[in-house]
Amino acid sequence: MDFNDTPEQAKFRKTCLEWLEKNASYKDKSSKGDSFANKDLVQEAKSWQKKKYDAGWAMLHWPKEFGGIGASPIERIIWGNEESKFDVPKGIFEIGLGMCGPVMMQYASEEQKERYLPPMAEGKEIWCQLFSEPSAGSDVAGLRSKAVKDGDKWIINGQKVWTSGAHFSDYGILVVRHDPELEKHKGMTFFFVDMKSPGIEVKPIKQITGGSSFNEVYFTDVEIPDSQRLGEIGDGWKVAITTLMNERLAVGDAGGPDVGDAFKWAKTQDSLGEPILNNKAARESIADWYCETNGLKNTKLRTMSALSKGDTPGPEASITKIVSANKLQDIGNFGMDSMDMAGMLKSDDQDIKSFQNAWLGAPGLRIAGGTDEILRNIIAERVLGLPQDPRADKGLAYKDIPSGNS
Amino acid sequence: MNLDFSDDQKFLQEEARKFLEKENSISRSRSVLESNNKVDKELWNKIVDLGWTGIRIPEQYDGLGLGHLELCVVAEELGRFLAPVPFSSSVYLFTEAIINFANEDIKKSILPKLVTGEVVGTFAVAEDLTAPTKENIALSSEDNLINGKKIAVPDAEIATHVLVVAKTKQGTSIQLVDLSANGVGVEHQENIDESRGYFSISFDNVQSELIGDDINGWDLYESIINQAAVLFSYEQIGGSQAALDMAINYAQERYAFGRPIGSFQAIKHKLADMYIALTLAKSNCYYAAWALSTNSADLPTASATARVSSTKAFQLCSKENIQTHGGNGFTWEYDCHLFYRRSKLLSLNIGSLSNWKEKLVTSLEQSNLN
Repeated sequence: MDFNDTPEQAKFRKTCLEWLEKNASYKDKSSKGDSFANKDLVQEAKSWQKKKYDAGWAMLHWPKEFGGIGASPIERIIWGNEESKFDVPKGIFEIGLGMCGPVMMQYASEEQKERYLPPMAEGKEIWCQLFSEPSAGSDVAGLRSKAVKDGDKWIINGQKVWTSGAHFSDYGILVVRHDPELEKHKGMTFFFVDMKSPGIEVKPIKQITGGSSFNEVYFTDVEIPDSQRLGEIGDGWKVAITTLMNERLAVGDAGGPDVGDAFKWAKTQDSLGEPILNNKAARESIADWYCETNGLKNTKLRTMSALSKGDTPGPEASITKIVSANKLQDIGNFGMDSMDMAGMLKSDDQDIKSFQNAWLGAPGLRIAGGTDEILRNIIAERVLGLPQDPRADKGLAYKDIPSGNS
Repeated sequence: MNLDFSDDQKFLQEEARKFLEKENSISRSRSVLESNNKVDKELWNKIVDLGWTGIRIPEQYDGLGLGHLELCVVAEELGRFLAPVPFSSSVYLFTEAIINFANEDIKKSILPKLVTGEVVGTFAVAEDLTAPTKENIALSSEDNLINGKKIAVPDAEIATHVLVVAKTKQGTSIQLVDLSANGVGVEHQENIDESRGYFSISFDNVQSELIGDDINGWDLYESIINQAAVLFSYEQIGGSQAALDMAINYAQERYAFGRPIGSFQAIKHKLADMYIALTLAKSNCYYAAWALSTNSADLPTASATARVSSTKAFQLCSKENIQTHGGNGFTWEYDCHLFYRRSKLLSLNIGSLSNWKEKLVTSLEQSNLN
C-alpha cells in the first residue's frame, strides 16, 4: 500500500498543476459558488472551457478528432483532483459533457459527431437533458410527451421538467413516447433537439433556495428531423439508460461545508459559556461525520487504485451521493442549531451563510440524479443482487396504466 | 496510488478463508458458546501450526517476519468466521507489546514460544465498572511484586502469560506475569458472547517483570491499543460482511405474500444501509492498515476512525440480520445471534463506541483538523 503516484502519473499531475497555476487561481473564502443558478457565470464558464480546449484539457478521455487527448481514466481523475483546487466555473458543462456527449458519441452519425462534439467540448455550445416530466420522476419511463411521425420529421408535444441549464442551453437530448399502445418501456424514442426550435418555451422553476437552476420546458408542435433520432424507433429507453448510467458517474460529492468546517466552527462558537466543541453531542456528531467523509475519501482512493492497476472498480462509489447529501443536511442543521435563536436570522457572515445554504440546498441533492430511495433500490438490486419489485404496470399498454390524478 | 493489498496478501487471505471454512469455524464457535471450555484448543493448535501466531515476529526469533498488512487480512477472516480462539489477545495485544517494548532477554525467551504456541499471552487493564484511565488504575506494582484485581481479561484460562497495567510510585507501568506463578487466581466471568472466554484475575504478591519503563506505562498501553484497534476493526468488517451475506441469502430465499422478502423495499433499503455502513468502514480500515503498516503519525486518528466506523457497521449489520430473519433470527438455532453477540463483544473489548468517538475528536484537536 502506498499513496504515491507512479512516475508517469506524477509527471502528468505536475503538468496539470503547472498549467492550472498559470491560468487560474486557487479557491479561497471569496470564491463564487459554481452553480447553474448563476447565469452571470455563463460567459466566464465558456471562456474557461475554451481555454482548456485550446490547451487540450477540455475532454481528456475523448478521441483526438473530437477535441480530447485519449487520456486514461486515472489521468482524468488526476486532472479532476487538481482542477477542483482552483476557483473555476465548470458546473454548467457537466451535463452536456458528462451525459449528452457520451450518448452522441455512441448513437449519432459520423457527420453529426463531427458537427456537434467539438463545439460541445470547446464550450461554444451548451447541452441539457430533457427526461423528467411532471408525472415521471423516479419512474422516468412513465413519461408521456408525444412524438408523432410526419414524413421525415417528428412533431413533439408535451412538457419536461427539472431541466438544469435549459435557460442557456443550445441543444438538448430528449426522450419521448412515440406509441402509447405499446408497453411502457417499448414505446419510447430518443432525439436531440435544437433548443432554439419554434414551439419550445423555457420557464425557470423557483426553488426553495430562491435560486433557479432548473426549468420547465414546454413543447408545442416542435419539429425534429428524423435524422436527429438517436437509436432505433422504440429504443428510447435503452438509450436513456446509457445516459443515466453516465449521470450516476457524473453526480459525485455534495459541495458545501464539511466536517472540517463544522469542527472549526465548533472550536470558536460559544454556547452556554463554552465552545460548542466541548459539548458531548457535538463531539459525537463530528466523529460520525469525520468517519463518513473519510470513508468516502478512502473509497475513492480504492477506486483509483483499481483504475491505476487497469482493473475495473467495484460498485463502492454508488454510496457517495446518499452519504454526502445527508451529511450536508446534518452539518447545515448543526451550524444553525449552534447559534441558538440567531441561527434563524440571515447574516453576512460567510460561515453562517454556508450552513444555511447547505441546510436549504441539501433537500434538492437528496432528490436530484436519483432520490435516496431509488439509489438504495439500485444498490440492493444491482450490487447485492436482490430481486426487483413486482410491477403493477408490467405487460400493460402504456395508455392503460393507472396514473392517478397528476 | 495503491490503497489495496498485494497479491501475496490476498493469497494469504484466501487461504485463511478456505481453512476456516473447512474447519467449520462458525459451528465451533457455537460449540464453545454452549460448553464450559471457553476456547477451541484443536482449532487454536491448527492455527499455531499454520504459523499465524508468528506472522509479525521477526525471523531471528523464529517468526515469519511479515508486516501488519498480513495480520489485517487474517483478522478479517477470523472475524468473518467468529473463530473461538485467543488470537486477538495473544497476537494483537500481547505479542505486539513484547515486540515493541520488551527488553532483549524477554524477547528471546518469549517470542519463539509464541510462535510454537508454548506461550499464549493476554492483556489485563479494566478493574471496575467504569472505563479504565491513567488515573483510576488501582492494581499496584512495587519491587517486582503486584497486588490487586483485574476484570474482563480475555482468554486467561488458556493463556500462560499476561501483561498487566499497574500503578507505580512514579506513574504507570506494564508488568509481565507468568500465570502459573504463586498468588494468581483466575475465575471465569460470564459474558454476552460465551464463544469467547473472559475472566477475572486476582494478584496477591505476584512476581512480575517490567515491560518498558515504570512511569509512562499508560502511554505504551495506548499505543498498543491504537495498533490493535485496526486489527479488531478488520475482525469487525469480516463479521459485518458475513452478517450482510446471511441477510441477503435469507431475503432471496424466504417468501412472504407470494414473493421473496428481498423484493420489498423495506428489506432492500435496510440491506442497502448495511452495505453503505460496511463500505465506509472497510475503506477506513484500508487507510488505517496503511497507517499501521507505515507507522504513520496519522495512526491515532486513522485507527480511531476505523474503529468507530467498523463498530457501527458490525452493530448495524448484526442487528438488522436478525430483523431480516424475522422470528427465526430470534431462535437459538439460527446463527444470527452469534454475530449479534460477537459484535457487542468487539464493540466493548477495547473501549466503548462513545469513548472511541471521544478519542477520535481528541486526536483531531491534537492534529488540528482543518
